[in-house]
Amino acid sequence: MANSGFEHLTTGCNELFIKNFAEFDYIVAPSGSCVLHIRDHLHDDKQPGVAENVSHKIYELTSFLTDVLKVKNLDAKFPHRVGVHQSCHGQRGLHISSMSELVEPEYSKPLSLLKMVKDIDLIELSREDECCGFGGTFCVTEEAVSVKMGKDRVADHLQHGAEYITGADMSCLMHMEGILKREGSKVKVIHIAEILNGE
Amino acid sequence: MTEQTTKDHAELADEFNKDEERVNWHDETLWWIRAKRDKAAHKLPEWEELREAASNIKNNVLSNLHDYLLQFEKNAIANGVHVHWAANAAEHNRIVHELLNKTGVTRMVKSKSMLTEECGLNEYLAEHGIEVIDSDLGERIVQLAEEPPSHIVLPCIHKKKEEIGEIFHQYLGIEAGISDPQFLTETARQHLREVFITRKAALTGVNFAIAETGEFVVCTNEGNADMGAHLADIHIASMGIEKIIPERKHMSVFLRLLTRSATGQPITTYSSHFKKPREGSEMHIILVDNGRTVQLGRKDFRNSLKCIRCGACMNTCPVYRRSGGHSYHTAVAGPIGSILAPNLDMEKYADLPFASTLCGSCSNVCPVKIDIHDQLYKWRQVLVQNGYTPKAKKAGMQIMTWTLSSPSIYHTAGKAGRWVMKHAPFAVNNKLNPWYKQRDMPEPPKQSFGEWYKQNR
Repeated sequence: MANSGFEHLTTGCNELFIKNFAEFDYIVAPSGSCVLHIRDHLHDDKQPGVAENVSHKIYELTSFLTDVLKVKNLDAKFPHRVGVHQSCHGQRGLHISSMSELVEPEYSKPLSLLKMVKDIDLIELSREDECCGFGGTFCVTEEAVSVKMGKDRVADHLQHGAEYITGADMSCLMHMEGILKREGSKVKVIHIAEILNGE
Repeated sequence: MTEQTTKDHAELADEFNKDEERVNWHDETLWWIRAKRDKAAHKLPEWEELREAASNIKNNVLSNLHDYLLQFEKNAIANGVHVHWAANAAEHNRIVHELLNKTGVTRMVKSKSMLTEECGLNEYLAEHGIEVIDSDLGERIVQLAEEPPSHIVLPCIHKKKEEIGEIFHQYLGIEAGISDPQFLTETARQHLREVFITRKAALTGVNFAIAETGEFVVCTNEGNADMGAHLADIHIASMGIEKIIPERKHMSVFLRLLTRSATGQPITTYSSHFKKPREGSEMHIILVDNGRTVQLGRKDFRNSLKCIRCGACMNTCPVYRRSGGHSYHTAVAGPIGSILAPNLDMEKYADLPFASTLCGSCSNVCPVKIDIHDQLYKWRQVLVQNGYTPKAKKAGMQIMTWTLSSPSIYHTAGKAGRWVMKHAPFAVNNKLNPWYKQRDMPEPPKQSFGEWYKQNR
């Protein structure tokens, strides 16, 4: 809604979010774009301090596991070839991984967690952090470009032999799954939590 | 030379995507340039500090623009340069025309200047009987093809070499079917040599103007600005007022960033400093506002004026690469164009800030650290609040806000949605749903997360 230019209509949602979550120490969400929105745009004119406090307590799942719980080992096994999709809002917005455009030390919270999973075979991609083209309402208002971006992103994974595509953002995954299914591909899309929690 | 069109970005992008092979070629060509940029940037450990320095210098310029412009004017005049001020495109074009009239010139050579594209100078002069030849190779090609540039650094990047051969066959008299780049370049070279020698007037753009010295710097790879300016009796340089930098030493920051960001080269082949006219010739500089002071007054958008026109944001933009420069229907395409254009005409360019997924790659490659994707987001808010939004989207957003702010409506809507997907999938799986055209709908879950959590907590 806000990304479509309608931030001024978000008052009700903001109030409800604050009402539901203000009492908790941490708020964890399995989707980078949702977390980024709360971080950057949650506001409440009636209680600005509370809103700000809530927006600082929200964590994207892999950041929470890495930075708060400081997970060092996982009892998980996933004997498959897996491609990791970097979601823009998690990566460039929340900095859960280093970015290919910047001259900075390499790191990746999702990857470092996945590397703790037994027997997982992580593939390399030709373009490690290109957008999948979902983009909120962009996926329908700019249908042609959105789909083309999605097809290209999926193709990169397929060319490198992925059996699964994973990531830390529901919307990217939904988009790429829609494309894979339409192409009749057997490659599966799976949220990173399902791998980290596997077997 | 902006294409007159009533189609918006999405429609033009849809047309571009009818030829998927061509989209692939366009995407890969520009990605290759982005990759060269990455390589060049990563060779410099101090890259991020350079960006920060450039950003700070430009911030200083924007906060002291008035003083720097006056300082530049004073020094330029002292160097023997004529300085003109133009409030808008019309004034700029009129000044150029008057200067040419006074000199009795009817044929002018012009090196690359996006500002003159923005002002529609070529069309204006053509209407007044003056012929302009663009001397940048890419610009010459699109000029012959009667198209606007599709990219600020690579104006004919949308053309394949076979198509360029065809254009040269048609206009420059070479044999049909030639696509050898070296042969085509040599053809253009011979053609332009004749132009350089016979033109008495040359117009160039300006990459940087130095307040401290009153000189200006023009960067090209082809040396075409120099060829034009050195052989002409009158040299006119057109510059946007934001091109000022305080001191000559600051060039060391910008020259290192400009082409590394643009093409991955360490520096432009020619970075020419113009300070005073040759004996017996005239040098004029036109300082153009054309909306820049309005943009400077917009708090959220002012720093878009830091732009040094490297085009890195276009090369990296996954939307630009797959929709082509012409889909932006404005002189400066891509992410940067999408935050500059609405300042000039909100209604006409209301679609552009929405032609992005807000992935943020543009802001990361920007050598002067413009927060491009944040400004795209902010323009969306401004445009919607000013009423530039399709009605259907507005109604949809209103329904969404009711649903998402009321738990009971949300739960009911969720249940209803899951029921429809299970029992009446044809209600969503049809061509009225743009998602479904080339993508399957997600499988409906048996229950919501809330319901599952209640059972399994």
